[in-house]
Amino acid sequence: MSALLAVEIPYWGQSLLRVLGGIVAVLLPAGTIVYLFLFKMMSFMQSRLGPMEAGPFGSMQLFAEVGKWLQKEDIVPAEADARIYKLAPVIVLLSTFLLVVVVPFGPDAYFVDFSAGVFYALAIGSVSVIGILVAGWSSANKYSLLGGLRAAGQLIAYELPMVLAVVGVVIQAGSMNLQDIVVAQNSGSIFGWDGVGFPFVLTQFVGFLVFMIAVQAELTQVPFDMPIAESELVSGYMTEYSGFRFLIFFIGEFATAGVFAFIASVLFLGGWGVPFSWFGWEGLDDVDNWMNIGGPLIMFTKMLVLTGIIMWVRFSYPRFREDQLQRFAWKVLIPISLANIALTAIVKVAV
Amino acid sequence: MPKIPGLIKGLGVTMGTLGRTVRDGADTVQYPHAKEAPPVRARGVIALREDNCTACMLCARSCPDWCIYIEGHKQLAPPRRAGGKPRQVNHLDRFDIDYALCMYCGICVEVCPFDALFWSPEYEYSEPRIADLLHDKTKLGEWMETVPEAPELEAGAEKKK
Repeated sequence: MSALLAVEIPYWGQSLLRVLGGIVAVLLPAGTIVYLFLFKMMSFMQSRLGPMEAGPFGSMQLFAEVGKWLQKEDIVPAEADARIYKLAPVIVLLSTFLLVVVVPFGPDAYFVDFSAGVFYALAIGSVSVIGILVAGWSSANKYSLLGGLRAAGQLIAYELPMVLAVVGVVIQAGSMNLQDIVVAQNSGSIFGWDGVGFPFVLTQFVGFLVFMIAVQAELTQVPFDMPIAESELVSGYMTEYSGFRFLIFFIGEFATAGVFAFIASVLFLGGWGVPFSWFGWEGLDDVDNWMNIGGPLIMFTKMLVLTGIIMWVRFSYPRFREDQLQRFAWKVLIPISLANIALTAIVKVAV
Repeated sequence: MPKIPGLIKGLGVTMGTLGRTVRDGADTVQYPHAKEAPPVRARGVIALREDNCTACMLCARSCPDWCIYIEGHKQLAPPRRAGGKPRQVNHLDRFDIDYALCMYCGICVEVCPFDALFWSPEYEYSEPRIADLLHDKTKLGEWMETVPEAPELEAGAEKKK
């Protein structure tokens, strides 16, 4: 990050910049997703206009909602395990912030350059399960408990196909570093033609599909929203939460959608890069400095496309039954992704 | 494993609706700025034509919510023909409908034998105070202006006397 400004920044300044950057990288996608997709796209798909009063075309509606939630009383049920109950939403949002750390937004615009970034992302991505399970348990409410257990079962079930889908990309790129994966995709060529680089979605399309389905389930978006099935569980693990703790859960849901879309675009769609051959760059060191500004914009666009697809699916389908949901993960997605790994490995060794 | 064509079709339906909303506008109306005309026979509010009411209490007794309050007294009216006896009629002192209780079943309108009660499609009469939802006979009479004309009778139908 410090190379971005080409000036020497003291350590505290760098830390401050990273914190601000992290907040922007988490909250900006979350706000955009909520307004653009949850408010507007869903409304238009149901032939209505959505919020129109707050600001032009209702664009300030989100601030009104946040203000509303902040005013509400922070209720802790009498039987609840108060300390853990209060901590749970923070754990969920924290996992999102920890997840965005790994995402590279440009040649120098990254938070930390992990050499095993994929490993870190998949490990941290499942921390939110703990928060959700803890929220369900500490609420002292049967609906919350059932929702928490369902969420735990579902998130663990869909963690596996997600990991296995990413393995194909890792085999093909030959690296677990997300920055290297981006470079590998943008400096590659398809049979000698390097006009679009070589985004892994072309060869790993099956992996991409499995990954996106698993992301949909990880985010408990609608075909997989058994944990918060409102017709049976009120609101699942979020039932007892009110005020700003509910707000944190809400932000966490959509911020995680944005961050997972960031990771998916890094893994499959070429990340922040443009094909290096356009500008005659050889490797990461040749990339011009303006990509530190352009990269985040490219990432943001790709993130919007991917979350748009996630939300489109969400607004179109009814939800799975619990047994269908588990069977789909264990009997369909995992075998497919295992076959994908085997095929990728064979082709990698053969070619 | 669900059928793939149905899944794709479902995505098409939602995206098609989105496109149609962008192109032709939404099916909904932005209420305070634009109003949707309710159907002519919509059950908005019950209007009272006071002259027709005889305080017979049929509506009040048939009301499932007991939300109609009627008080009246007997008084003498001038005779119909010259030299006749003065007639005894019921005079309406009070006719209130409590719209905080009313469930808009319309039994009172159905049961009224003298055509004193009518449905009006008017619906904008919410009040900040719940007590103000008790409409007295003046207010119920004002609603008569919003009652639409009765539809034409079918050809050959028996005229009401």
